[in-house]
Amino acid sequence: MHELSIAMSIVELAEEEASRRGVQIEAVHLKLGALAGVVKDALLSCYEMACDETPLQGSRLIIEELPVIIFCTTCQAQHPLNSIQLFCCPKCGTPSDLIVQGKELEVVALEIKECAPNPA
Amino acid sequence: MRPEPRLIEVRKNVLKQNDIVARTLRDSFHAAGVFVVSLVSSPGSGKTAFLEKTLTLLRPNYRVAALVGDLATENDALRLARSHAPVKQITTGTLCHLEAAMVQNAIQEEHWDLNQLDFLFIENVGNLVCPSSYDLGEDLRLVLISVTEGEDKPLKYPTIFNSADVAVVTKMDLAAAVEFDSQTAHKNIQAVRPGMQVFKLSAKTGEGMQNFLNFLSKRLQELRPTPVT
Ligand SMILES: Nc1nc2c(ncn2[C@@H]2O[C@H](COP(=O)(O)OP(=O)(O)OP(=O)(O)O)[C@@H](O)[C@H]2O)c(=O)[nH]1
Ligand SMILES: [Mg+2]
Ligand SMILES: [Zn+2]
Ligand SMILES: [Zn+2]
Repeated sequence: MHELSIAMSIVELAEEEASRRGVQIEAVHLKLGALAGVVKDALLSCYEMACDETPLQGSRLIIEELPVIIFCTTCQAQHPLNSIQLFCCPKCGTPSDLIVQGKELEVVALEIKECAPNPA
Repeated sequence: MRPEPRLIEVRKNVLKQNDIVARTLRDSFHAAGVFVVSLVSSPGSGKTAFLEKTLTLLRPNYRVAALVGDLATENDALRLARSHAPVKQITTGTLCHLEAAMVQNAIQEEHWDLNQLDFLFIENVGNLVCPSSYDLGEDLRLVLISVTEGEDKPLKYPTIFNSADVAVVTKMDLAAAVEFDSQTAHKNIQAVRPGMQVFKLSAKTGEGMQNFLNFLSKRLQELRPTPVT
């Protein structure tokens, strides 16, 4: 299981951004491709553990799962795969290993707490 | 009223640190002209046996070395050392995969001069899940399955098969005994990685090894194109 070390990298990365910007983090938004080799549920439970005793304790991890998208040379178009067990164009059946999307493991945004009282 | 949460955009690859080290490694491998192959498979598929055979057969003509990742023991390193090639064990402890920094450290600790090598092999920890996410700077990722573990391995672990460059079906000497269905296995590999080259062989009898060695020689030649005269 490598989800814990991945979760720790996420926490580390978010912590770095937070301290650099002087903000407190409420949630971390992550894009997770179907081919990233990371299991969503395992990552979610490891995230909590990784946050323990860090400034991110109590923060949430919000995961957006991305399907695999291939480029089909016959259709000359991009299509999402129906299953990662079959790398064939879902429209015309042409095999394809041209992966356009699906390997992402990316922190895309941080939700931060407003520390200063709202002037409004 | 709760204020709207403020979102700040970040866009950072979580494995950036590993990817940076892997890129550095790949650059240094290419600069030195060494062809690097990593091996992944389930525990016990036959990585060490296949690698020992490969090292032994290559050694008369090429300068070879191997790194081997193992959770706890040094057994694999001792077996590989029988080939008389330089071998370094990387003990990963509880970590179920190798990372680029471990490869970098091992090479530095051994003071291996990459310029003095033709091939470097890296046996990953027996695991078809975790190693898929970690680039080690290799030129070629080789995934092994043995005939005894069933034809549907590629469908059960599509991510690692998709991330690999070539497949080896090993223990072919046992194929008949376990009624291994070669065609189905081939079909399943092609389903998750269209066009992937597949080598069928036995590390025990040596059957099929020559094909694989020819492939390696060719790839090394491509890495070091002879200067046009
Ligand atoms: N009959 C036969 N047995 C083999 C062959 N290759 C490996 N074996 C046997 O399969 C068992 C496991 O082989 P290893 O080479 O240790 O497998 P491995 O993938 O390195 O195992 P881990 O490093 O523990 O994941 C050993 O008992 C080997 O002798 C083969 O081609 N034919
Ligand atoms: Mg082994
Ligand atoms: Zn793991
Ligand atoms: Zn198509």
